[in-house]
Amino acid sequence: MSNGSFPLPIEGMDGESQSTSERAEVGRASLEKMPPLERLATGFIHALRTGGLTIPISSSLQFTQALRAVGVASGDDVYWAGRATLVTRPEDIAMYDAMFLAYFHRNGTGFKVRFEDEPESASLGTDEGGEDAEGDAGDDDVMALRYSAAETLNQKDFAEFTREEMYEAQKVMNKMRLEPAVRASRRRVRSATGDRNDLRRTVRAAMRTGGEPIQLSRTTTGTRTRSLILLLDVSGSMEAYARVLIRFAHAAVVGRRRVEVFGLGTRLTRMTRQLDSHDVDEAVEAAADAVSDWSGGTRLGAGLKEFNDTWGIRGMARGSIVVILSDGWDRGEPEEMSEEMERLSRAAHQVIWVNPLKFTPGYEPIARGMAAAMPHIDTFLEGHCLDSLSTLADAVGA
Amino acid sequence: MGRSELSSVEAVLERLDEHQYLADRGLATSIFLAAELERPLLLEGDAGVGKTEVAKVIAAATGAELIRLQCYEGIDVSQALYEWNYTRQLLHLRTAEATGTAQDSGATELEDELFTTRFLIRRPLLQAIDHGATVPPVLLIDEVDRADDEFEAFLLEALSDYSVTVPELGSFKAEKPPMVIITSNRTRDVHDALKRRALYHWVEHPDFEREVQIIERKAPDVPASLARQVASATGQFREMGMYKPPGIAETLDWANALHLLAETQLTAESVDATLGTLLKYREDQERARRAGIESVIEIALGA
Repeated sequence: MSNGSFPLPIEGMDGESQSTSERAEVGRASLEKMPPLERLATGFIHALRTGGLTIPISSSLQFTQALRAVGVASGDDVYWAGRATLVTRPEDIAMYDAMFLAYFHRNGTGFKVRFEDEPESASLGTDEGGEDAEGDAGDDDVMALRYSAAETLNQKDFAEFTREEMYEAQKVMNKMRLEPAVRASRRRVRSATGDRNDLRRTVRAAMRTGGEPIQLSRTTTGTRTRSLILLLDVSGSMEAYARVLIRFAHAAVVGRRRVEVFGLGTRLTRMTRQLDSHDVDEAVEAAADAVSDWSGGTRLGAGLKEFNDTWGIRGMARGSIVVILSDGWDRGEPEEMSEEMERLSRAAHQVIWVNPLKFTPGYEPIARGMAAAMPHIDTFLEGHCLDSLSTLADAVGA
Repeated sequence: MGRSELSSVEAVLERLDEHQYLADRGLATSIFLAAELERPLLLEGDAGVGKTEVAKVIAAATGAELIRLQCYEGIDVSQALYEWNYTRQLLHLRTAEATGTAQDSGATELEDELFTTRFLIRRPLLQAIDHGATVPPVLLIDEVDRADDEFEAFLLEALSDYSVTVPELGSFKAEKPPMVIITSNRTRDVHDALKRRALYHWVEHPDFEREVQIIERKAPDVPASLARQVASATGQFREMGMYKPPGIAETLDWANALHLLAETQLTAESVDATLGTLLKYREDQERARRAGIESVIEIALGA
C-alpha cells in the first residue's frame, strides 16, 4: 500500500458547496469558518481519531503546514504529507491507509468534509490524552489491607481468589519491588578509589586552590539495573492467573521505568503503554482491551518468535532479565518453541519461567511446549500464590 | 547548492537520484517537508534499508557538511554537546602560575580565562547548531534507540528551538537550523514527545524494480539479467520470515559475489555457495534451504 498511488480526482477546494443542512449540524460552527485547507486537515484528522489513531494537536498543525507546502493537487502528496506528520508507528500505517481511502476516495468529487457519521463536534484545541492528569485517583476505592487476611492469602491459589481478595493481593503486590540485578554501565561515576582521573572535577577543585590541582578526583565504572521483560500468557488455561499476574506486571511498570510487558496468546500484544497508568483497574482494563485474544488459545512458540523478531533480538532482550509467565501449553510445534527459546536465551541475561502448575503435586514439565523450553530456562519457578511471587521478585534481583 | 536544492518533492527525488540514492516518493516527500518546515526527520526501519545513507546523500546534494552523532548506551552531554578541554585548562593554570600571572590576576579572572571558547571542545550537537556556514549542516543522529531515554529528553530540548546553553559561556542559537535526520532501528520505542516534534517515515525494503535499479547503479558490472534475478530472489527470501532480512548492502554483496564467480545466472550450486553473503544467520540459511532454493531460482529466472 505504501508504494501505491492515489490518483485523486481533486478539482480544487470547493468548500463552498456544502449544503445548508450540513452547515446546520451541531458543533460545526468553528469548522465552517475555517479556510478549506484547514477544514480538510481537521476533518481528516477527526476521521483518523475516530478510527483509533492518537493524534496530538501539534501533529495536526504540522499536517496543515505540510499540506500548504506540498499542495493538494495530487493525492499522493496529500497521502505522504499525512504519513510524515500523523503516523508515528508502522503499526498504524494500515489504519491510516484505510482511513485515507475511505475519507478521500469515497468523496472523490473534491475535498468535501464528511460529517454524516460523526455526531459529536470536532474538538479543536483539546488533546485527547489526559491520562497524566489522572494521577492516583481511584486508589481510595481499594480496600484497606487487613493483615490477618493477608497472611492466609499468601499461600492461596490465585485461581480461588474472590474479587475482594484480589484487591488485597494487589496491595501486597504493590509492596513487592522488582529490583532487577545490576550490570556494569558505560556511564562513569565519582569514586574516591576509582581507577580513572576525573579531570573536570580536578580542574574545578584546582580553581579554589589558586590553580594548583591538589585534590585529585577519580571515577569508576557505574552500574545500571538490567531491563526487565515480562511475557504474560493470556490464554484460556491461564485466565485465573493472568488476571493476577497482569496486576503484578502493573506494579512493576509503575514502580520502575525499564520494564516491558507483553501478552502472549495466539499473537503477541505489547501492553507496556496500557499499563502505564497509575490507576490499576484502568490500566488492567486498557491492557486487556489491547489484547484482542484474551482467554483465547495459545501459540507460545509463534508469540515468542514475534517477540524475538520485532523487539527482542533487535535489542530489547539483550542483557535483560526475561520473565515468562505461562503454563507451557502450546498448540504450536515444539521445534519452533525450542528454537525461539534458544534465541531468546542467547540474547537475554537470564530467562525465568514462572509456571503456576509447578505447585501441583506430582507435576512434571511434560506439556510439549514446556518440555521444549526447559533446556533454555535459567530459573524455573512456581507462580500460583503471593508467596511464590515474592520468590520471583528475589530471583529477578539475583 | 544549498537548501534550495530541496525546493519540491520532484527536486528532492532528482537530487537524491543524482547522488545514486533511489528514494520512493514517500521518503522524498518527508525530506522535502523536513527541509521546508525545518523539522527533524525521524527514520525508522529494518537494519540495512538505507536510513543512514539518506543523511549522507542529503549532505552531498546540498553541499552541506555532514555532522554525525552516533548514539550508544550511556552517551551524555559531554559527548553529544560540548566538553571542556581539561588537559589544556590544567596546562594553562600551570603556565599562569609559572609566569606569575596567577598572583597578579585574581581567582575570578583566572577562572574566566579558563572558560572561553578557546578551551571548549565542540561535540556534534553544538557544531551543528553553532555552525556559521552559509549552508546549514546536516546533523545525523544515528541509532537514537541505543541511547538512554534520558538522553532523548535532552535531545528534544536542544532540537525544539535549535539552541543550547553552555552555563559558563551563554547560549548558542542556530541562525539557520541544521537539517536533522534521526534514525532508529526500533529496539525500543522512541519517546512520543520526540515523535511529535519530528516528522516520521518508516523506511521499507525496496520493491523489486527499485532494487534492480539500485544494483544497476551500485554494481554496474553485474549483467542486467543477473541483477533482476538477484533482486527477485532477495525479495523472496525477505518474505520467508528471516531473523535478519537481507538489506540492500547484502543484496549488493551477493550480486558482486556471483559476478566475481563469473556466474551469469542463478544456479542451485552458485546460490548455495554464496548464500552466506546474503543471509547471516545459520537458521536463516537453513530456512532458505528448507523452503527450496530451486523454486526460488525458478521464480527468479522468470523475473
